Amino acid sequence: MLIKQPPDIPGSEITSEQAFLNRRQFMKQGAILGAGVGIGGTAQAGLQADDEVTPEAIVTSYNNFYEFGTDKSDPAKYAHEMTIDPWTVEVSGKAKKTGKFAFEDIIKGLDVEERIYRFRCVEAWSMVVPWNGIPLKKILEQFEPSGDAKFVEFRTLVRPAEMRGQRGLFSSIDWPYLEGLRMDEAYHPLTLMVTGVFGKDLPNQNGAPWRLMVPWKYGFKSVKSIVSIRFTDRQPRNTWQALQPSEYGFYANVNPEVSHPRWSQARERRLPSSLFAPNWRPTLPFNGYADEVADLYAGMDLSKFY
Amino acid sequence: MSGITRFKACLVVALGAPLAWLAWRISLEAQAPGSGLGADPAEAVVHFLGEWSLIVLLAAFAVTPLRRLTGSQLLGRSRRLVGLFAFAYVCLHILSYTAFYLEFSLAALFEDFIERPYITAGMAAFAFLFVMALTSTRGWQRRLRQRWRTLHRGIYLALPLALVHLWWLTRDGFGELLVFTAVFLVLAAERLYRWRAGLSRARAAQPPLS
Ligand code: HEM
Repeated sequence: MLIKQPPDIPGSEITSEQAFLNRRQFMKQGAILGAGVGIGGTAQAGLQADDEVTPEAIVTSYNNFYEFGTDKSDPAKYAHEMTIDPWTVEVSGKAKKTGKFAFEDIIKGLDVEERIYRFRCVEAWSMVVPWNGIPLKKILEQFEPSGDAKFVEFRTLVRPAEMRGQRGLFSSIDWPYLEGLRMDEAYHPLTLMVTGVFGKDLPNQNGAPWRLMVPWKYGFKSVKSIVSIRFTDRQPRNTWQALQPSEYGFYANVNPEVSHPRWSQARERRLPSSLFAPNWRPTLPFNGYADEVADLYAGMDLSKFY
Repeated sequence: MSGITRFKACLVVALGAPLAWLAWRISLEAQAPGSGLGADPAEAVVHFLGEWSLIVLLAAFAVTPLRRLTGSQLLGRSRRLVGLFAFAYVCLHILSYTAFYLEFSLAALFEDFIERPYITAGMAAFAFLFVMALTSTRGWQRRLRQRWRTLHRGIYLALPLALVHLWWLTRDGFGELLVFTAVFLVLAAERLYRWRAGLSRARAAQPPLS
């Protein structure tokens, strides 16, 4: 199923592949949260009664994707400059099957599910988004990571010619954008590799062709436009932690008790928020997914491992 | 209308234009949420006003050198107006933050002041501007005499504090910040240069003692 080199697919084939994918993004609509999550009633949710899906226009126009600029509107303006076809992913590190793979081949044959998740940014705003994606576990297992793979690291594309934020002289980010998860976090049933949103292919500004979604962590963990997956025995040094270790940690679990030096994390503005009736709501531990994920961190001092 | 009145009217229009724009966007927002200021209007308003606070503050700081450069008396007589506009922007910036982020909780504002260094710096800048705005009238100028000039040198602290506020809250994308900082440094360097030139002239005018 997996091949080492990007295949020689004629253009027409690729288009039909896209169309095929598109259909599949729709297929599982309505099936909130995948089967086998084993979390019974709460699976419906994780969703609270008053969680309303954020309008698509906002999900696709209000983005933090510094590769295209630091303004929230920059990605929607400039991300179309990024070519996502062909898309090659390099798999490396402590796994049996490593090498370069075509994105299509990695996800071929895997079912795309719809998951409606709360999405909480470290900047104290949040959304509710219907993602389409594949449980990360199913993707990673294909590469047969070895027993000493304790972490998995992801990298975003670096292509300054098409990503104007990477051309800027005034950025202190050392591209590529890098994120990581512990293997048990990566294998958790809630962790999703996202290929679509609102039943459509993922727009570039949301991290096309695929991005991570870890709903109990702050948004910056959910790395976009991934070109590298590396299995490692050492905790990766993720981008924001490298920039500001006192403000951003490796775990970045949503936690109302641990205040960010710039913002209180006790509350969040659910978007869209109006000026006169701001949609403030209390932030929940693990973004409301504590029942599902809290035991991953049993015995850890979460104010230290933030 | 006399020249100065006309000049000041133009300044009011120019300095008030961003506020008029904001008021218009807020009125759109009031009719249909999301239509005027995007998905997160609270952030949009606070950032917009913060940005203009700094721009107008730098403009006020530039009035005196510009007057010297152009010899325009009109400019010299408008310094207070520009300064008060800057103060108004800062007030609205803080008010918008207090209203839309903190829902008027003064306890939360105080907590921010203590816990978030960028807010502490912003508040310190505001404190200087507040005293300067309060004493900006001719009456106070007369009453305080020499001390008035000392007091209004507060701008030399308020502006760097405002820049520190911005440095501390910026996470990436430092281009704009560098522009603001450079403008301040050029204006400050010009004054330093004049001050030193003045010193040496004064020294030259004084005959050596022995
Ligand atoms: C002379 C005084 C001040 C000036 C010139 C100033 C200027 C600015 C500027 C330029 C920004 C950045 C806007 C942007 O990113 O587009 C900003 C943001 C901000 N300012 Fe101020 N500010 C001042 C005082 C204050 C004070 C006293 C407070 C709080 C009470 C405050 C609260 C904020 C907040 C909350 C933000 C947004 C931070 C964020 O989104 O991360 N500012 N300010």
